[in-house]
Amino acid sequence: MPTSLNLTASIVFLAFFAFVTIIGFFAARWKAGDMTQLHEWGLGGRQFGTLITWFLVGGDFYTAYTVIAVPALVYAVGAYGFFALPYTIIVYPFVFLVMPRLWKACHKDNHITAADFVQGIYGGKWFAAAIAVTGIIATMPYIALQLVGMQVVIKSLGIPGEVPLIIAFLILAFYTYASGIRAPAMIAFVKDIMIYIVVIAAVCLIPSKLGGYASVFDAADHFFAVKGGATGTILKPTQYLAYASLALGSALAAFMYPHTMTAILSSSSEKTIKKNAILLPAYSFLLGLIALMGYMAIAAGVKVDSATEIVPALFGKIFPAWFVGFAAAAIAISALVPAAIMSIGAANLFTRNLWKPLINPNITPSQEASNAKLVSLAVKFGALVFIVFLPTKFAIDLQLLGGVWILQTFPAIVFSLYTRWLKLPALFIGWIAGISCGTALAIIQELKPIFVLNVAGDHYPVYIGVLALIVNLVLTFGLSAVLPQKPQLKSVLSPA
Amino acid sequence: MSNEAPPGSERKSFLRAAFPKLILLIPYVALLWLPFYNDAQPAIFGFPFFYWYQLLWVPLTSLILFIAYKGGE
Repeated sequence: MPTSLNLTASIVFLAFFAFVTIIGFFAARWKAGDMTQLHEWGLGGRQFGTLITWFLVGGDFYTAYTVIAVPALVYAVGAYGFFALPYTIIVYPFVFLVMPRLWKACHKDNHITAADFVQGIYGGKWFAAAIAVTGIIATMPYIALQLVGMQVVIKSLGIPGEVPLIIAFLILAFYTYASGIRAPAMIAFVKDIMIYIVVIAAVCLIPSKLGGYASVFDAADHFFAVKGGATGTILKPTQYLAYASLALGSALAAFMYPHTMTAILSSSSEKTIKKNAILLPAYSFLLGLIALMGYMAIAAGVKVDSATEIVPALFGKIFPAWFVGFAAAAIAISALVPAAIMSIGAANLFTRNLWKPLINPNITPSQEASNAKLVSLAVKFGALVFIVFLPTKFAIDLQLLGGVWILQTFPAIVFSLYTRWLKLPALFIGWIAGISCGTALAIIQELKPIFVLNVAGDHYPVYIGVLALIVNLVLTFGLSAVLPQKPQLKSVLSPA
Repeated sequence: MSNEAPPGSERKSFLRAAFPKLILLIPYVALLWLPFYNDAQPAIFGFPFFYWYQLLWVPLTSLILFIAYKGGE
């Protein structure tokens, strides 16, 4: 990694960053709405069509941290790190089938969060609050990791210290405050186009400099043969179940997060979501190519202190200075879009499902919107403090736990779209059991995502999120069958 | 549907209605059953089978979703 300042790259980087900052502040006027209303600030008035939603979800779901962390994992362990690709493919049949239904239910009753939807069906406030808290806690470390992505590229330009990161984040915080979701929606256009350019340049240029893909894979093969252990360019049979369960569990969890949910709910119709499920896999193809940068770095002989630096280090070795700056800007801007939407999603949850029902039931709609704006600021500053003062490992560990936790909201959100047979206490107990079991298993495994089940002498390594979800589902369905139907629940179910 | 439909057509129309949803399961089977594709050979353009197979499932999944979309209209 360069320790001296790369001036050309830094200037290009700053120019693009300044450009998106201007866009961010002007976004408030785009498809203008009444920003004193939460559904305008937080969902852009639910008017984003197919194209905008494509850029928005693409910018939101495929984050800067993804661009940094997926190649880093592939660099470190090989084929196993590639589970991100099947994960981001099989997520779309699910999105196609389920999310339009959720959109419709939320649109009808002006729900802006998943917790709103759950509250609307089951009534009460505590379970909805539990869903909201799960979403907020799962999102916070995710925001922090976007900062890690930004930090890595800023450092790769040779710009020292934490000040640039703090400035970048202040800018982000203020235009999100002013423009709401319109800011990341507009910036997503720039970000996605830049990332496509960088990745296409990388996948065309880098292998040609390294002697073609065959020699890239050969180099990786030799590297892992020397390294040994559970690494390699194809999986060991003992890794099958871990790979498949990570892909499936991540896919089921992906659209339970507040940021992906927010992007889906801000689209204009069920049809928009279905069309996007067809078109969004284009990003997954891109992600597959991004993952291969891990092998390209091996072939190029890139040496780094920490695997997270692998992508910028590869760019620094292969690309000319101006394009290094462009690529760094692309990754940094990729951090801004999801970070903005995550903070909006978390702010919506806090305001709608915690503050309003538990603290101030008489809040007016405009107070609701200004409350959410302030919370979005607080959430981002929290993430910033986290990254500046605590080791990065905390954010990574918490994000892993966050994935396990958010998956436990799946039964309440998804099954409630199809049946009214599940009972509130059953869902609540299932959620508690899933969260407790998942957290306990993760701690036993010293915060690794896989737990090895021993059944009749055989070993089955499974993603902890999936194990916890199974516990959750067994309890939710089992208790729903046993518990008596409460008459007051029926009255909640009948349309008001 | 008309009332004079021949016997058995109810089952057929059920299948027709379920078809767009059932094909959505294909990518899950294709990608979650690792013995299908955890292999280096046959390689294409230097890409081991493991990699191009999974990349190929991106457009195939889009196609399946498109068919489901058209079938559900």
